[in-house]
Amino acid sequence: MFDDFFIRALIAGIGIAFVTGPLGCFVVWRRLSYFGDTLSHSALLGVTMAYTFDLNIAISVFLISSVIALILIQLQKKTNLPGDALLGLLAHSSLAVGLVVIGFLTFIRFDIMGLLFGDILAVTTDDLLVIWTGGALILIVLKLIWKPLLASTVNYELAEAEGLNPDRAKAIFTILMAAVIAISIKMVGLLLITGMLIIPAAIARNISDSPQKMVLFSIIGGLLSVILGLYSSLEFNTSSGPSIIAAALILFILSLFKIKQSIKLKN
Amino acid sequence: MNSNNNILVKLNNAGFRQSEKWLVEGVSLTVEKGKIVTLIGPNGSGKSTTAKIALGIYKNIEGTVEKYTTKVGYVPQKISIDWTLPIRVYDFMLLTETIEDSAIDEALSLTGVIHLKNKNLGSLSGGEFQRVLIARAISKKPELLVLDEPVQGVDYTGEIDLYKLIKKISDTLNCGILLISHDLHMVMKATDHVVCLNGHVCCSGSPIDVAKNNEYKALFGEKASQILTTYEHKHDHVHSDEGEIKKN
Repeated sequence: MFDDFFIRALIAGIGIAFVTGPLGCFVVWRRLSYFGDTLSHSALLGVTMAYTFDLNIAISVFLISSVIALILIQLQKKTNLPGDALLGLLAHSSLAVGLVVIGFLTFIRFDIMGLLFGDILAVTTDDLLVIWTGGALILIVLKLIWKPLLASTVNYELAEAEGLNPDRAKAIFTILMAAVIAISIKMVGLLLITGMLIIPAAIARNISDSPQKMVLFSIIGGLLSVILGLYSSLEFNTSSGPSIIAAALILFILSLFKIKQSIKLKN
Repeated sequence: MNSNNNILVKLNNAGFRQSEKWLVEGVSLTVEKGKIVTLIGPNGSGKSTTAKIALGIYKNIEGTVEKYTTKVGYVPQKISIDWTLPIRVYDFMLLTETIEDSAIDEALSLTGVIHLKNKNLGSLSGGEFQRVLIARAISKKPELLVLDEPVQGVDYTGEIDLYKLIKKISDTLNCGILLISHDLHMVMKATDHVVCLNGHVCCSGSPIDVAKNNEYKALFGEKASQILTTYEHKHDHVHSDEGEIKKN
């Protein structure tokens, strides 16, 4: 069954959508889309590391993204540069360093387009294992930190005052972000991972009235985007990442009509 | 060790400095079970900062905070709910602790907003939102309740009711309350201990003591002092009339 590359891509994509749905909601709520970009851009460095030292790509990307996240947190404490400038600095410099390193690795043939935009041909059976076990772990941990994370998203001081330890929840969430980027990089591509986090959550916001429902609809939106996107990628021979994100965009536009309807109903 | 097991939180000479500027310094106060301690003072005098020190929100403080409870309910001065987060009053009630539906309904009824249970938090008016905030803080039956201007934006009759409710909660739950308020009339009726802040503790004691204090008069004016003394007279009168002394 896993012999067919398309079936593999579909199973991988479905696994990814289950994880990006809930995490994407927190990215939208906590305004972390730039942060997601920074981590995913730094993933290129992780990929080059994987090739150089013959490591698993997901694990290597996870490690490098976590390190970048730590550096970012340190820089935020120690400099007066505003947050978005710091994020831009790290995002572009890590992308640049990654590309420079690739230039030196002349003995390996890189599919740069595949790295940047995803490639459904590249998903192996091993990747499926990484995506589904990694994804399950991410979801279990997210479930465990759900209450402190949501409470501190609403109000940090309230969560701190009532003993929920929001700083720990935030640190764990940062690691989960690095992990989700690591498992989705092959499929979605490092330039488009943030889209996979944000657009399904944005679709869900338009049709939800509680945090739990938004998470549920975000997962459903992601699943539909993956399935639609991968079929059209196969049909039109386009890269998998852009196809999935374009499908998500179409769903988002449809969800806007739903808002208009509900506003009309209220009036 | 805690020598008096009624003490919930104790500040010893506590202060907090942010980028070389002292927000508040040298505050000592104690909140005990069943007692209401009120912080008063002008804007920027460090009332909210003191509350946050007591709550453990600020970490790098001068002095010490001893806290003997983890069951805390907090009504912050300001909460803004981002549009991107869809959240109903019901979800908000469950934000920091999982509590039973009956406890949620009871708390929302006490503050008069049970009809808003399934409304989106973002659609509430300022006064309604404050009532929900108070309901959330009391629904978890805390031992220590910290209320930072809890009735802001609430209509006048609602204000009186909510203060009565706060007093009632302090009695029925036997919880200690740290209250920040601007309304001297209201505050003094229920308060056991008043701390008047102006970057430091300018005076503290029972409402009547504070009212007589010269520094307090300088800070709030002669009129504010009269409010307190007038109230205190009324209070004495009621007590002697009924021939019953109930210690607040």
